[in-house]
Amino acid sequence: MDIHEYQAKEILTDYGVSIAKGGVAHSPEAALQRAREIGGDLWVVKAQIHSGARGKAGGIKICKTHDEVETAAQELLGKTLVTHQTGAAGKVCSKIYVEAAMNIARETYFCVLVDRSTERIVMIGSAEGGMEIEEMVKSSPEAVKRIYIDPAVGLQDFQARKMAFALGVEPPHLASAIKTISGCYRALRDLDANMLEINPLVITRRGEMIALDAKMSFDPNALFRQHLISELRDHSQIDPREVAAADHDLSYIGLDGDIGCMINGAGLAMATMDMIKLAGGEPANFLDVGGGASAERTEKAFRLVLADKGIKAMLVNIFAGINRCDWIAEGVVQAVRNLDMKIPLIVRLSGTNVAAGRRIIADSGLPIIMAETLADAAEKAVKARNEVVAREKIESEKRGNA
Amino acid sequence: MAILIDKTTRIIVQGFTGKIGSFHAQDMINYGSNVVGGITPGKGGQQHLGLPVFNTVRQAVFEAGAEASIIFVPPAFAADSIMEAADAGIKYCVAITDGIPTQDMMTVKNFLRRSAQHERMMLTGPNCAGTISPGQAMLGIMPGHIYMRGNVGIVGRSGTLGYEAADQMKALGIGISTSVGIGGDPINGSSHRDILEKFEADSETKVVLMIGEIGGQQEIEAGIFAKEHMGKPLIAYIAGLTAPQGRRMGHAGAIISSSGESAAEKVAMLKELGVTICPTPSSMGETVAKVLASL
Repeated sequence: MDIHEYQAKEILTDYGVSIAKGGVAHSPEAALQRAREIGGDLWVVKAQIHSGARGKAGGIKICKTHDEVETAAQELLGKTLVTHQTGAAGKVCSKIYVEAAMNIARETYFCVLVDRSTERIVMIGSAEGGMEIEEMVKSSPEAVKRIYIDPAVGLQDFQARKMAFALGVEPPHLASAIKTISGCYRALRDLDANMLEINPLVITRRGEMIALDAKMSFDPNALFRQHLISELRDHSQIDPREVAAADHDLSYIGLDGDIGCMINGAGLAMATMDMIKLAGGEPANFLDVGGGASAERTEKAFRLVLADKGIKAMLVNIFAGINRCDWIAEGVVQAVRNLDMKIPLIVRLSGTNVAAGRRIIADSGLPIIMAETLADAAEKAVKARNEVVAREKIESEKRGNA
Repeated sequence: MAILIDKTTRIIVQGFTGKIGSFHAQDMINYGSNVVGGITPGKGGQQHLGLPVFNTVRQAVFEAGAEASIIFVPPAFAADSIMEAADAGIKYCVAITDGIPTQDMMTVKNFLRRSAQHERMMLTGPNCAGTISPGQAMLGIMPGHIYMRGNVGIVGRSGTLGYEAADQMKALGIGISTSVGIGGDPINGSSHRDILEKFEADSETKVVLMIGEIGGQQEIEAGIFAKEHMGKPLIAYIAGLTAPQGRRMGHAGAIISSSGESAAEKVAMLKELGVTICPTPSSMGETVAKVLASL
């Protein structure tokens, strides 16, 4: 789960990390007010969206006057920003952060994250900040320092010192750098974050270390014990279909194709999407309905998939283990009836109680296309989708002629 | 033979008296697994499903000779249960629980590493379907009837995709020595490589099918192990050729795993390492059949 820069900065302040003076605003008037409160004569207005690389997308504006702050706020609020991390749809900016501009001597890069391959927490730092870490690793890999932390022992001072020196901190400012580094580590540990990135972590002309940006991402599995963090979730930054799915405890990711999918198990879901692609189609979504899918749950999953109006056909692929094919079949029949489904539906059932499941579908009298195997299911779905598209084309031509 | 479990393995169920634990314990007993009891702290001394309930894993080890355990404990308490099993001297543990915090798993792995390698508890999962040695024992939640006994070892991250593979193989008359689910979490008990090592040493297993997916480096490590240390052929399928990039993690995470994370990259690297690739998820059975025929 991602949070906004201003939220991450609030958290980090509690952990002893210094930030520039700033405040959140929802309107140009409030932005102006924030600029007055901050004082000084140079401000930065930043779009609050869940993405890095905002600068390149025009989401960060430097302002020399109060008027400029107001104008920048007007421009950014309500705007959809597209970065290489947001995808083509972009993310809408509904809040901005106004911050005092800093007198920067040097920019560094710092990040702490849970590393799945070593199963430890790793700190990554470089004295050359500002650009993206992927570029840094390519252009000067020797400048990127990694320090691994034993989870039982925790971060030791010597490790924080090593990192501070790697960031190019001068001896007089060592203590404040160690405070920043260990604060970041403790925030990650205490709050079950997966990743905390500060880019840039700047050193001012006066030698202070300031987090100019802050990005934090949290382990969704740990939110049950991080209530304050779960409250920071911003639904405006998430695909509404994914929000609806999460409310029903379904795992959903919207994609660009037009064949809707409902599958049990993440691996089988990915494999089925691959199969659709190989058969010449494009999946409209990833949806793992999970184990123990009741008729109600199945219907909710159908609603979610069909909410996407661009869908031309739908494929259900269930390999029942904990699930029972008869439960799924009942759910499918109920969903098709209740939702008055118009597009072709292809169903492949396998595993526990498969015979009973197929009987329920056959007895329903609904025009459901049954498939035997994974390949069969994908081919039938693509064929049905192509027929729908061809029919729609003829109909629209007819309308055009009339 | 088979790996990890057979019909003699003495099994206990942690989270025994709960709804899910009870359901799957009964399923395992029906399959023929040698379940000798279960753990529910505070309910020790009672009987459940005709078997003794213990307060602690240690008691179950002493009194019922427990060797393997399966965990159905809710996510908030599952890490603790895994460590209790390791401390009590359990040899093999399957964690079914989905949703254990990543940092808890980091603690678990650290705890397990404190034991010397030869006496360290083997852990598979969490977030997996378990392990089955067909015709002998099931330590998991899979539909047992789709697995036929035979000579192919299966290791995979996904439960239902593992069922798909077993089903395709059964349709072609191909059986399985053991099928192991290592789970879909970022930090898991055993890697693909750890399981390959077991299959290589097993006399019943002739070939191994690895079912991988996007993310992490485990499939590549397994491919390197197969090239350097395995005499038996390795076949692989990698799911997620069409999966969108970067939906799980911010870009800082991608730096450590900067290459080889996508399905296409994994497939290319595995081919180079001499692994036979199943081009589609529907050809896992056929590909195994071809490799078996060439032996």
